[in-house]
Parts: sequence; C-alpha cells; structure tokens
Amino acid sequence: MRTELLLGDEAVARGAIDAGISGAFSYPGTPATEIFEYIERHREADGVRRIAATWSTNEKVAYEEALGMSYMGRRSIVSMKHVGLNVAADPFMSSGLTGARGGLVLAVADDPGMHSSQNEQDSRHYAALGNIPVYEPGTQQEAYDMTVEAFAESERLGVPVMMRLVTRLAHSRADVRVRDEPHAPTDVGMVRDWRDWTLLPVNARRRYADLLEKVRTLSAISDSSPHNPLCIAGPKGILCSGVAMNYVLENLDEQDEYSLLRVGFYPLPVERVRRLIEHCDEVLVVEEGDALIESRLHGLLGANYIRIRGRLSGDLPRAGELNADLVRRALGKPAHESLGTAQGLPARPPQLCAGCPHSDSYHHITEALEAYPEARVFSDIGCYTLGAFPPYNAIHSCVEMGASIGMARGAALAGLHPSCCTIGDSTFVHSGIAPLIDAVHDDTNMTVFILDNATTGMTGQQESAGTGASLMRLLEGIGVPAEHLLVVEPLAKNHAENVARIRREIDHRGLSVVVSRRACVRIPPERRRSTT
Amino acid sequence: MSERNIILAGVGGQGILSIAYVICHTALRRGMHLKQSEVHGMAQRGGAVVCHVRLSYEPIHADIVPTGMADIVLGVEPVEALRYQGFLSPRGWLVTSAAPLRNISDYPDLDAVLEQVAALPHHVLVDAKQLARLAGSARAENMVMLGAAGAQLGFEPEEYEPAIRGLFAGKRAEVAEASLRAVALGRGAAAAYIQHRDEGLQGGQALARVGEMSEAALIDCGEGAEATRHGG
Repeated sequence: MRTELLLGDEAVARGAIDAGISGAFSYPGTPATEIFEYIERHREADGVRRIAATWSTNEKVAYEEALGMSYMGRRSIVSMKHVGLNVAADPFMSSGLTGARGGLVLAVADDPGMHSSQNEQDSRHYAALGNIPVYEPGTQQEAYDMTVEAFAESERLGVPVMMRLVTRLAHSRADVRVRDEPHAPTDVGMVRDWRDWTLLPVNARRRYADLLEKVRTLSAISDSSPHNPLCIAGPKGILCSGVAMNYVLENLDEQDEYSLLRVGFYPLPVERVRRLIEHCDEVLVVEEGDALIESRLHGLLGANYIRIRGRLSGDLPRAGELNADLVRRALGKPAHESLGTAQGLPARPPQLCAGCPHSDSYHHITEALEAYPEARVFSDIGCYTLGAFPPYNAIHSCVEMGASIGMARGAALAGLHPSCCTIGDSTFVHSGIAPLIDAVHDDTNMTVFILDNATTGMTGQQESAGTGASLMRLLEGIGVPAEHLLVVEPLAKNHAENVARIRREIDHRGLSVVVSRRACVRIPPERRRSTT
Repeated sequence: MSERNIILAGVGGQGILSIAYVICHTALRRGMHLKQSEVHGMAQRGGAVVCHVRLSYEPIHADIVPTGMADIVLGVEPVEALRYQGFLSPRGWLVTSAAPLRNISDYPDLDAVLEQVAALPHHVLVDAKQLARLAGSARAENMVMLGAAGAQLGFEPEEYEPAIRGLFAGKRAEVAEASLRAVALGRGAAAAYIQHRDEGLQGGQALARVGEMSEAALIDCGEGAEATRHGG
C-alpha cells in the first residue's frame, strides 16, 4: 500500500482502476468531472493502454456504453453529476432489469448547496426508484475502498451499483492508502443468455421479478454490512449517512453517550434502524441532501411514534449544504468563540474571463435586439450563463442542458418575436440537436446562436464533439437552410458588421442559425490551431 | 505543531490551489493527515475562491473548518481575506497581501480595507505584488503569501522546497527559483512587519517601512525570525 493525496472524485477513479476496469464513460459536469479525468490520465500501465476512456456525447450515451461493456463481462464505470442522471435515467432505470454482467458502477456526484448546479436533487431517490444498491462514502478513503468493493459486489449480485458522492467529498483532497499495483482488467465473459438483456415484455416481467428478489438479498446484506455500524449507548440517538457523519464526529466529545447508527450502504438496514429507534427517546437524523432517511422514518413509524429530529423538524435546514456548525447547533452545543464576521464587503461573483468570446457575442446580440424590448434570449448551461449578470444582462432563462432551443421554439409558437437562444457547442451536441431538428421541420421563426468556443469551457476545457467544420456539417446535415446559416467571429473589431448580419437574421421570419465562433481563451495554444 | 486549520482566500486565477498544493505535500512528507476542500466549476471564473486546509497527526473529520476553529486566514487579496475573518478563533491570525484586485465595480476604499485588517489583534500585511516582482515573477504573489504565513503555519521554510519543485516540475527552472525566492521574501516581510508593529508603528506605516527594505535586509529579517523562534 502507498499513500496518495486524492480528491474524493479521484479516490473513486483510483478505486475503479485498481478494481480492474476496462472502460470509463462520462460527460463533464461539476462536481463529477475529475472522476473521468483521473482515469483518462492514468489509463496506461507499463506503456500499454488498458482502459478505454473518451468523453461521451451525453450521460445517456455514456451509461449505455458502460452497459455494453458490462454485457461483455468487463468492468466499467460511468460517472456524472446529479442532473446528468436525469439525462441517463432511461438506460439507468432498465439496467436494474438487465442487471450487470461485468461489474458496473455508476458514480454520481450530487451538489447540495448548488455550488455549480441548477438544483440539488438527491440521487439516492433514483437508486431507490431503480432498485439498485448505493454506497455513500463519508471520506476519501471510503470512496476508494467502497469503489473497489462495489465492482466485486456488482459482479457477484448481478446489479449495477451506485457510488453517491457530494460536492464536499468530491472536491476535497485527503491522504488515501491505495494498492501498489492496479488489478489487470478483469473478464467474466459475455452475457450467456441474451434473453436476460432483451427487455421484451415477456422477458422484462421475469427480469423484474429477479430484480425484486435481489432487493431482498440486498436488504439482508445491508443489515450485516460493516458500512452500517450501529453503536447502542445512551437514550439520545444519531442516525447519519455519508459525509454528514463527519459533521457529527467533529462535534462529539469523549463524554458524549449518543447511540449512533451510521449508514454507508443502501437499501437502509431496517433491523438496525429499528433497534436504534426502539432504544432511543429521540433520534437526530443528519444526512446530506434531501431528508430521504428522515421522511422514511416518519413513513414507517409515524411522526408521533418517537421524537425524530432533522431537516423536516426544522432542527437542521430543510435545504442546502450541511456543515459542522449547523450540526453542532442541532446537538444543542454552544457555538465556538470566533473573531466575528467582517461587515460591508462587496460580493465577488464569477465572471467571464478577460477576452472571452462570449462577452463579444453578447455585446453583438444585445445591440442587435435593441429595437425589440419584447425580445427574449433563452439560454443554457455553460460559461455563457454568466451573461445573466451585469454588464451583459443578456439572457432570460437557464433551465437544463439543451433547454434553450426547445424553449425558444415553444415561445415562438406562442407568438414571441424575436425568439432567440444561446447555446454552447458542447451543450448543443449534448442535447440541442433534437429540438433544432423540430425547428427545421416547420421553419420556426426563431434565431439560434451557437456559441462555438471549441470546448466544454466551464468544466475545464474538455474536447467538444461538434465544433468548427464538423459542427457546420452537422447543421447542414439536419437541414438548416444554407441561406440562414452563418458564421460570425465575435471580436470588438467586427462589432458593427456582426450586429448588422445578426439583425438581418432576427428580421427573417423563419429559422436562422448563427454560429458565433472563436476559441475559448483558456484552451492551451497547442490545442487551439484546429478550431478556426 | 499538532493541528492546523487554514483558510486560503483569493480570486480565481491567483493560484490559491498552488499554495494548498505546497502546504499539503509538505504536511504529507511529515506523515500528517490532511483534508483540503476546493472550489471548482462556475465559482472559479474570476470570482471569490476559498480553500480550506486542515492538517493533523490525528484523523480529521469535517472537510471544512468549523466557525471559530481557524488558526490562520491567508489571503492573496485583502477583501477576500476579510471575507473569511469569521472562521478565525480569537487567537487566530489574518495574514494577507495588501495589493487589491479590483475586478468588481463596487470595490471599497483600499485604505479602509487595510485599516480593517490592521484593527485585528493578530494580523500581517504584506505587499505581495511588489515582493513577487522583486523575486523575479509577477505571478508569484501566492508564493510570497505562503512565505508570509510561515511562522503561523508551523513549517520550516526549507520544508517547502520539494513541494515547490514538484509543483513547477514541467516549467523552466527559473520558475521554481523565483518561487523559492518569493517564499523567502514573504517570510522576511512578515517578520519585519510584525517587528515594526511591536515597535508601535501603525499598519500603514509598518507596511511602508517594510516596502523600503532591500532584498538582502528582508531575507536577513526572515532568517533572524527563524533563529529567534528556534532560540525561544
């Protein structure tokens, strides 16, 4: 064993490599990006490429690729941020029924507190919906150890397994003890009976029954799992999970006599939960994300059965990220003395980089729309969402990946003119193509701006699948009319010309696509050549 | 040194994570446990950036420092350092660069900001911008501040060298050399500032006096501080 300094994300990645994966699949998304990136950097051993790892077009595709690798009897990891699982929900929900052949681990990173996301959905709900087990590590060491174990369990039980991370673990580094040598890629052989993986109703009914049987097995495993330790002591109880455990331990002293159940593996260990509840007068539930465990306790036993405190009772905030201070207050302990907060400081929100092409694009678009106060610019997920802030004040919506085009079309069909949208090249390929095909189909009166900066900028300049010439071929291929498909270079010196060209397209009563093309200033120079 | 809770503050692009890298790898060589919580994604883009570092020979629980438990807030920008003042214990140090980064329209009056810092019981002000240039790299403001925090972090200055060389392994040799010089100058400037304050100078006066010192005098002052500390 040796010690490495690893992010929670990297500990999962290292665990996957050391468990002998043959492939890693992902689409970039904070806070999950570094899982894939670590594997991409470490996929060679002794100069031989042993692990397939390329960014996928979106999370659904990534999940399906991982599932195909599992079919072949090879271990694979698919990683994404929480909202990415919405995109991958279709294959995810059916993968419980197909089951896993080679170990299949879904690493999903939730973002409580919405540091870099549009919502704070809790992926444990998805796992329950899909009837698959979850490991919820509380430390970087557990992220590593549990990932190694998750592959073995996935293969042994024939189910996909979720590793659930949260931002605070994903993006925090710690010393982690890891194996000296990774396991060579494993191979248990291809799926033997293809009917198990062909979810025609006749097969799916049988496979669903199999899955429900596996859930019974998983529940039994949970009640004896070392990841769900129960310590019966005093009449006050704490039930915590994942990183929330750290905030509890941070505040416990030697003289404290709490009874403690810690959950690191789901489905919930029902017998252990029952023992804790029956022993205690009151139980504080501390979990990061939604009040999933707490609400189940209410559901099982009734809120009046026992005093259960947590996010639902108001002892902890209903939403947002937890921390040691909040848990300390819920435990009824006095706050630590501090120097006190400095007053009157200005906020410093994130902003576009100096020289960013999006900045020029927004100056062009905003001026071209000046004559139309009723115009709306639907936008999307990426650095260009910062166009919502001053000095731009240029966009009027941001919902989820690819929403800009569909929403602009819906608004146009409701009578809006001009109906515009801005979407980046990577987001467009991720999930903007389908709504644009709809707009081409009836020549919707709208103007689509594809901000082609040749990369997935926000998450760290990953390669984009549809940029430059390949983006143009794609647009032509889906039938965008050539006379209303134009490219502008967003630069201050082109401002007057670009504004005039954009204005012509806005005035055109039909579909126009304007590709505003200039490479992200953060792309390293050696990668920038091929983009213009 | 048994346990240290450190908060690193600055603006995206100022190299906060590089400071964390050096501290953490240095702690790792000592066989310490550590946790280092970072900011990625949207928040990194030119906005306020914070990084929590916790070091201990015992296992560490929470990834972020609880309120009132920070030993030091280390800022590469004064407004950003003040933003995390509330994490400091009453005995904690606020060590910050005096050089402002004005990428927002409502940046407050700098003198008022520096006075706010100088009003704290345990603080150090250092002109990291000037010292980085003196060290030979305008980008080394973060390394100046790493040096300035030296005594409060509990590491010997030479302990940083392997980590700094590791950090710049892919760069020209001069980059690591300039960084090492920046650390030494930062350490000297901090020691000189504390000395001038002990002699009764106001924050602004002490800062100006340090600004007049030569490179050699600053480095002497840093080494002198070291000798005193070892002697005590």
